[in-house]
Amino acid sequence: MGLNLIVLVKQVPDTQNVTGNAMKEDGTVNRGALPAIFNPEDLHALEAALRIKESVPGSRVHVLTMGPPTAVQVLKDSLYRGADFVALISDRRFAAADTLATSYALKCAVEKIGSYDIVLCGRQAIDGDTAQVGPQTAEKLGINQITCVSEIVELDAQKRTITARRSIEGGYEKIKASLPILLTITDEGFTPRPPSAIRMMTYKNATTAMSGGDFDETYLTGGAGLKAENAINLWDSNAIGADPEHCGLAGSPTKVRAIDLVVLKSEDIRMIENSDEAIGDMVHELVADHTLG
Amino acid sequence: MENFFTDNDDILFHLEHIDLDRVIRLREDDFRNEENAPWAPESVADAKDSYVRVLELIGRVCAENLAPQAAEIDAQGVRLVNGEVVYAKGTQEVLDLFAKADLMGFCLPRKYGGLNFPSTILTIAAEMIARADASFLNFGLQQDIGETLNKFGSEELKSKYLPRLASGECGSSMILTEPDAGSDLQAVRLRAHQAPDGKWYLNGVKRFITNGNGRIGLVLARSEENMQGARGLSFFLYERDENMVIRRLEDKLGIHGSPTCELQFNNARGYLVGERRRGLSKYTMWLMNSARLGIAAQAIGIAEAAYREASKYAEERVQFGAPVRSLPPVYEMLTEMKIAIEAARTLLYETARIVDLKEGLEHMKELHPDRADQINSDLKNYARLANLFTPMIKGYATEMVNRIAYDAIQIHGGTGFMRDFNVERHYRDARITSIYEGTTQLQVVAAIGGLTSGTIINALDEYESEDFSHAPQLHKRLLTARNRFEKALVHIKGIENDELVSYHARRMVEMATDLVQSYLLLRDARHSKRKLHVAETFIEKMSTRITMNAEFILEGDSSLLRNHREIIG
Repeated sequence: MGLNLIVLVKQVPDTQNVTGNAMKEDGTVNRGALPAIFNPEDLHALEAALRIKESVPGSRVHVLTMGPPTAVQVLKDSLYRGADFVALISDRRFAAADTLATSYALKCAVEKIGSYDIVLCGRQAIDGDTAQVGPQTAEKLGINQITCVSEIVELDAQKRTITARRSIEGGYEKIKASLPILLTITDEGFTPRPPSAIRMMTYKNATTAMSGGDFDETYLTGGAGLKAENAINLWDSNAIGADPEHCGLAGSPTKVRAIDLVVLKSEDIRMIENSDEAIGDMVHELVADHTLG
Repeated sequence: MENFFTDNDDILFHLEHIDLDRVIRLREDDFRNEENAPWAPESVADAKDSYVRVLELIGRVCAENLAPQAAEIDAQGVRLVNGEVVYAKGTQEVLDLFAKADLMGFCLPRKYGGLNFPSTILTIAAEMIARADASFLNFGLQQDIGETLNKFGSEELKSKYLPRLASGECGSSMILTEPDAGSDLQAVRLRAHQAPDGKWYLNGVKRFITNGNGRIGLVLARSEENMQGARGLSFFLYERDENMVIRRLEDKLGIHGSPTCELQFNNARGYLVGERRRGLSKYTMWLMNSARLGIAAQAIGIAEAAYREASKYAEERVQFGAPVRSLPPVYEMLTEMKIAIEAARTLLYETARIVDLKEGLEHMKELHPDRADQINSDLKNYARLANLFTPMIKGYATEMVNRIAYDAIQIHGGTGFMRDFNVERHYRDARITSIYEGTTQLQVVAAIGGLTSGTIINALDEYESEDFSHAPQLHKRLLTARNRFEKALVHIKGIENDELVSYHARRMVEMATDLVQSYLLLRDARHSKRKLHVAETFIEKMSTRITMNAEFILEGDSSLLRNHREIIG
């Protein structure tokens, strides 16, 4: 019996290739000025899911993304790399969502798929860099989570347990937990595979289809039955049964007032004597002016 | 993100302007898609779009995954461990990526899991791969072997092996050369004998076999015991088993990442491909011609890499108070390099397109025997052109890359002689290209017939019918050069001394290549002002070379033929 795997991915502005007008005057990201890419760590999460699928026969990889219609590109890319099912969660009501509202919508979408065993996502997105959406989604789903995973040490589909190696400051730890579980994946392992040429040609003209009804397991089958048309499901807030009060701006307690660029620079250098007394005095002085503590 | 496809303006230029419509229609049998493959194109535009996407994918893998590991692959080389070849870590990694990306069946039919791409597109892929790492030969070999098997093998062999080649599950090799049969393959001795039950068994030694560890090999063997020469040779498919031993790996000057094996067959089972006794005359020649196109692409890829290194260094290196690229001897070298690469590329794509048309027409003839009469004259024309242009581009591109790699080191000065810089590797890797799949001297032998038979004149006439009103002066200069060449050709055809004809053959083929490239560059110049400059400088030097070569043939007294014995003993 295979596993149902769900990967949560995000299309992000390519912050590694920043041009002049990358930020708007109000301090928010000017998405139009930056090329949109697959969030790098999400690609590692997709790769992790595809490897699990290869090791546990009969598994299926579902990929979900919340975003504007242009985000279908990351879903196409997921199909090119081996995803069995993709859905775009898109609705004006989701606009301006913070991490709380985003994780709520994703939780609703995951539940729409029904039974699932492992949810995977990148540790963090390179636009907001919060690393909150994964853990919040796990909390809302009420399942286990292991964050910052760089390697899956063992996966026992029968006993429904997983052991993962997670990065921590200065080292790593191995954690064993039971399924269902959410994993956030770092870019230390799971080097993403390239897209498949065959799947790319199959799905390059894939279109989106509105799917408000019940989730259909047989909608898209891998291998010989590849179907290009209507391969991308479009789910709005109704389709995933989301409460509008918890979505988008309405469901987002975070309000960005302004973003300042803070540049830290040293203005003075003081040399002190290498003695316990002199060092002690310096520490006291730093505590007094709130540099330390 | 680096990409060897999108960063190459000349490849993009050609892909935009090359006329592939007929090639695509023939290859796709007018988009019938009888295999019902979901990745089959529905139109010419759809096919071209897929080509671009897949080339972009390969360009990215080459730039991001292969090129950064090339120096390490060269340093690690290959090893023979317990009779099995172990690739360098980088080679194996990228091989796995190519397989995962479903690229190994690039030219194979879709029903076997391939992409069914034409040779023209394959040459672009092959160039990018060689630019990244010239020793990564597995991809190109797979296409040559797969296509040969697809063209000549039985349906049983095809359905058994082609899906495994397309998926990358099996590597492959062409097993032709022997210790005493290199350029002269007619001397092949490896024996194939048929047991009373009809099964074939192979016995003997093969040498210099690139990727001889491949799971599947095509073996040239002597099946007719008492028949000497080419007529006694047949072609066999061999799948690796314990009855073949890799005796050793060669320690080579370049392409260290590619294993060159000596193989010993001890009663190993072979499967006859096609008909008996056509092993060399038909199947090997077809395979070699296909591979020659690939080697030309490989040469251009190495040249592109060497040129880029030299250009970058010349920009950064300051001597006498300025970057060395501002010095006439240096910018002359760089300009010559760039022109030579573009002259090679335009001839490569022209050749690949001709080969694609020829193969497409042959395929069409098989599918629709009722249309044979219509197809035949076209087919003959493209077959003749393919037989002339393939050795021409193989000879030109592989000699060109050696000159370019040499000059790339020269531009680096002492630094280029050091192992720390890539040009040293390009120089070593380039060297094999003018040797394997037939030396340059053998390319001349293969091409000269196309000159004396009149194929070249027909080809030049065909180009002459195109519109060159965008560059009347250059066109005039080209016609003058052509006139000189034709005088030399008439002279050569009138000579009855074979040795003298053979002596001048290289010069004749070089002149013909020069002329074809001039027409092609002039054609390219229709679309771009920069290309007009390229054509102008090429044609200026070309016409001087032709004058020199023609004069040497027409007015020289061939003293070398008289004196060589006295001089070299």
